[in-house]
Amino acid sequence: MNTQEIILRNAASLAKEPLIDPSKTYNDVNNDVCAPLERLPNKLWLKAFLIAVTVMTLGLTMMGITIGTGIGQWGLNRTVGWAFDITNFVFWIGIGHAGTLISAILFLFRQKWRTSINRSAEAMTIFAVMTAGLFPLIHVGRQWLGFWLFPYPNTRQLWVNFRSPLLWDVFAVSTYFTISAVFWFIGLIPDIASVRDRAKNKVRKKIYGILSLGWTGSARAWNHYETAYMLLAGLSAPLVLSVHSIVSFDFAVSILPGWHTTIFPPYFVAGAVFSGFAMVVTLLVIARKVLGLEPYIRIVHLENMNKIIMLTGMMVGYAYATEFFTAWYSGNPYERFVFINRAFGPYGWSYWTMVTCNVLIPQLFWFKKFRRSLPVMFVISLFVNVGMWFERFVIIVTSLHRDFLPSSWSMFTPSYVEIGIMIGSFGLFFTLFLLFCRILPTIAMAEVKGVMYSVKHDEQHGGSH
Amino acid sequence: MNNEKGILAIFKDPDQLKLAATQIRDKKVKSFDAFTPFPVHGIEDAMGMKRSFLPWVTFIAGCTGGSLGMYFQIWTSSIIWPLNVGGKPFASIPAFIPVTFESTVLIAGLSTAAALFWVCGLPKGNPRILDPRLTNDHFGLFISANDPQYRESEFSELLKRAGANEVRVL
Repeated sequence: MNTQEIILRNAASLAKEPLIDPSKTYNDVNNDVCAPLERLPNKLWLKAFLIAVTVMTLGLTMMGITIGTGIGQWGLNRTVGWAFDITNFVFWIGIGHAGTLISAILFLFRQKWRTSINRSAEAMTIFAVMTAGLFPLIHVGRQWLGFWLFPYPNTRQLWVNFRSPLLWDVFAVSTYFTISAVFWFIGLIPDIASVRDRAKNKVRKKIYGILSLGWTGSARAWNHYETAYMLLAGLSAPLVLSVHSIVSFDFAVSILPGWHTTIFPPYFVAGAVFSGFAMVVTLLVIARKVLGLEPYIRIVHLENMNKIIMLTGMMVGYAYATEFFTAWYSGNPYERFVFINRAFGPYGWSYWTMVTCNVLIPQLFWFKKFRRSLPVMFVISLFVNVGMWFERFVIIVTSLHRDFLPSSWSMFTPSYVEIGIMIGSFGLFFTLFLLFCRILPTIAMAEVKGVMYSVKHDEQHGGSH
Repeated sequence: MNNEKGILAIFKDPDQLKLAATQIRDKKVKSFDAFTPFPVHGIEDAMGMKRSFLPWVTFIAGCTGGSLGMYFQIWTSSIIWPLNVGGKPFASIPAFIPVTFESTVLIAGLSTAAALFWVCGLPKGNPRILDPRLTNDHFGLFISANDPQYRESEFSELLKRAGANEVRVL
């Protein structure tokens, strides 16, 4: 083999894997992505939908019991006043973060691989935030007074306490939901117009016509559109970091050992991205198969996400270690006790479940073979979801149940109502996601075509620009 | 607008569209537009479009949102009903930062979206869809007959030479 051949071989091995099946044309993108919207649901979808709706109904029933009789239906007590509901709230908010990371932060970093997955990840964000929002709302006890959370002129002329992290949370979560929904909808407009223009049925054309707001793809509109999209991405990027930071303030601003720590904001954000990416992998491994989107959501996309899962998994692992170090180094006996109790106390099993799922299992992704294996990544992503749920449980319950005064120590056991609401929240999330897969294009067609165009351009002109 | 007369050229290759747009622009035509299924980069220059003004909207709305958010918190906590909360100052500026930030982002984001809709004329009840393929895999160039520089036969010829697959007089 001469030098030139060796160089060529090396160059070939370095060449990037195509992000979209190179045999696909622009027209194929429309046909493939819109196909699930235009045919009757298959048996698999119907089965999944039926299960999701049943589980959601169970959750709604349990919420009804809670609202009807009060949160005394839960296993909470004077010592452990926050448990399953706040765990679920933080868990679902965290799930949402991957969507914004993919749609906004990867957009600003010009990561072209995001285009195949951003639509479904953003949908996941919105549904996860909707699910999350339910928990603090039912936890307030008198849910019909939930609007007291917002500052509005009232007969008592009393305003909310702007110094409270719980109020910051109200603003952070509602802003996050609003901006994510706007960003998502703006991204959808051109694709809905595509669905409208290929619709054969009149009613269908009308509905998608209204949803598309009358978009025609005018270049003058695209010019503003692209600027607006970038601006919204620029706003969403710090927003997503602020949301989980503020969620962590719910804990960090208190004086409870185990909560009162400055590491919480970055630790929570890393954890949120970690769990969110795991949820995206869980959903997409199934969705790409069921919707026939393998030519667009390729192994390389999933592999990239797995790399992020491994990275953020190690970041949370580092945070766990730092917390222990700080507790020891602080010399504060209460702080030390909380952490020893966390790992070796009565809830030690949940701590070690968390460490196993979040730190040890994702290490398998060091091997390329595992990063690219669908069954392996699916199972790991489920473990990460379980682990991240337990992380919030560990932080909340182990810190609360044994505080300064041994006479007030207590244990928490969830009631069937709480467990029902938790399971039901998954039902709600999956119901919404399954409906999304049937109603809206699950891949950002316009953006995928843009990537295909730039790839073709680079090949023609040799090199990138 | 819905029955505006003119020429519509349909291309299969966005690069040919860009070339045609440049030539039309060079003829000093102003009332023309391209229709593409995805944002074709370089078309702004080819059509002689200016940069979008939207960043100014975002900036001004963000400043307004932030100032209003901060002012509202100071007003409620220290002017209209000063309430001692844990001995903290009435205007606890550092504690007001999170809500100030959120209101900045909220107002900036919503205003950007509203400005985008306004400038693009959305929502449009009955948009003129020149060709359904233009949101799929074809690229259109429409020159309005209202333009003072409009010359039908010359432009049809030009567009055909630029590689248009179809040229239609509407």
